[in-house]
Amino acid sequence: MATIEARPVGFFTDTSICIGCKACEVACKEWNQLEGNAPKFTADSYDNTGQLDAQNWRHVQFVEMLPNADGTASTNGNGKGAGGAAVIPTPIAGGQAWLMMSDVCKHCQQASCLEVCPTNAITRTEFGTVLIQQDVCNGVRDCIAACPYHVIGFNEQTGTAQKCTFCYDRLQNGMQPACAKACPTESIKFGYLDDLHKAADERLAALQKGGYTKANLYGRDTSVYGGLNAFFLLMDKPEVYDLPNAQNATLPSRNNIPGYLGGAVTAVAGLIGGVLAFRSARMSAADKTPR
Amino acid sequence: MPPAEHFAAPPNWEWWILAYFLFGGISGGSYAIATLIRLFGAPADQRISRVAYIVSFIALIPCPIFLAVDLGQPLRFWHMLVDTSEGALAFKYWSPMSVGAWVLLIYGLFSFVSFLGALAEGGTRALSPFAGFVRGTLGSVWGIIGTALGLFIAGYTGVLLSVSNVTVWSDAGWVLGGLFVASALTASAALLLAFVHWRHAGEEGTVARLEMADRNFAVVEAILVVLFVVSVGIAGTLGKVLGIWILLWILVVLGLLAPFAVSRVGAARRWSPVTAPVLTLLGLLAMRAIVIFAPQL
Repeated sequence: MATIEARPVGFFTDTSICIGCKACEVACKEWNQLEGNAPKFTADSYDNTGQLDAQNWRHVQFVEMLPNADGTASTNGNGKGAGGAAVIPTPIAGGQAWLMMSDVCKHCQQASCLEVCPTNAITRTEFGTVLIQQDVCNGVRDCIAACPYHVIGFNEQTGTAQKCTFCYDRLQNGMQPACAKACPTESIKFGYLDDLHKAADERLAALQKGGYTKANLYGRDTSVYGGLNAFFLLMDKPEVYDLPNAQNATLPSRNNIPGYLGGAVTAVAGLIGGVLAFRSARMSAADKTPR
Repeated sequence: MPPAEHFAAPPNWEWWILAYFLFGGISGGSYAIATLIRLFGAPADQRISRVAYIVSFIALIPCPIFLAVDLGQPLRFWHMLVDTSEGALAFKYWSPMSVGAWVLLIYGLFSFVSFLGALAEGGTRALSPFAGFVRGTLGSVWGIIGTALGLFIAGYTGVLLSVSNVTVWSDAGWVLGGLFVASALTASAALLLAFVHWRHAGEEGTVARLEMADRNFAVVEAILVVLFVVSVGIAGTLGKVLGIWILLWILVVLGLLAPFAVSRVGAARRWSPVTAPVLTLLGLLAMRAIVIFAPQL
């Protein structure tokens, strides 16, 4: 059995050749013994996995803009950031769009979840991936609020936060992650990060030469969370795939200093208000009741 | 300016966390008021200071319980303080939750000792060695440090929310900590006023000064509420805290107006004097509920 060196590995997910078969989802659940959620009818998509969470560590996201009976087209809920309207995917044929992306934990170089975790349950492995140590996590869920990709979920059975482990156990035993092994089109490529970067650059150049001018690499460079170990070749804007663009890819810690500063200034203002109220009596000679 | 884009999932912090935010705020706020009265108040006010130290500790008692019960693994509450993977202390100054866990522990000591001191001062002779912690130089130093820690407990929860990528929380990054501090002070003053009216425990002058403090705190809180709305509005996510939440906003506004209404309406004996403090407390609860629940829906 080949060994995998202790240096950064990653996924390069080429969405241009994803066929939405969900073999990656099945392989992930099989290997990691995830029961999955009860099936539900989403009503606005051919996808019924729904989202990444504690039971879905891989999720083939469908970005659909399909024709209605009246000839118009409507999109499903993807690309809808909270507070914003859905981002409309670029139509590619007959006013329709049909994009697929096998989504997964990005294993960010600057990981928001790892930053906020108070118990140090979230750690970076020797392969550069981000892992939640299940025996350390106490289920406080700060990581869920921090993750900008809606990746981490809370497992009610274990009482802990869970997400893709990058098949850490397989890596340690010289095996590639289950999802990459199962992908029939090699949309999910596993390898050492520097090798994947080269492959991604070549693929992007080929697509753009072929006229796919909107094709772009997401997380290949350091503009998003210092670079992503699981990065993507997208066929449209990141927002269309529910991915924050570089402008919105912000770390939780950006609010640390302003937050504490706001609290401190308010505390001082409040205390001054209190002093003004209570010292008025001390200033008054009339009020001299003994303690 | 386009709306901020957030794709973060809600952490499902709900009722236990609301309760913690409420009780933690009242504990920290009461401690600060107790110390303020010690340092600047009139002799006639000192009884209320004693009550405030006692309220502060009683409000603190359920806080760690609320936090532990909310955990997915309650028996691992101590992982907040001990890094079991490294066998070292778990402390991350850049994680408000980590800092908060430590400050809660240390503040607990200060609040407990001040509580014992207040009991001693009230006549519990067995606790007389602790009386020095609420009077004299030692009492002042102890109280000032305890106040700093107490106000941290009241406000760090707001910072904790903002240090995330959740809609509204992260959009109001620099406001939430201050909003929680100010509302904690307002509500604590209101709670003490309610106690004073209920037990007829204060002189007229004491009541007037407590009411004045409550009004001053309410002014600061009102400014922070406006800043909160503005900052969320600028981020384009104001819609998340409106809609069905309007009903709770009405309570927030009533709670802020109550300290001003009391001297006019309460003095006219049209309402019970406890009405205004109770409204202020409900306003605190409503505001915390909006901040916690609205972005998670």
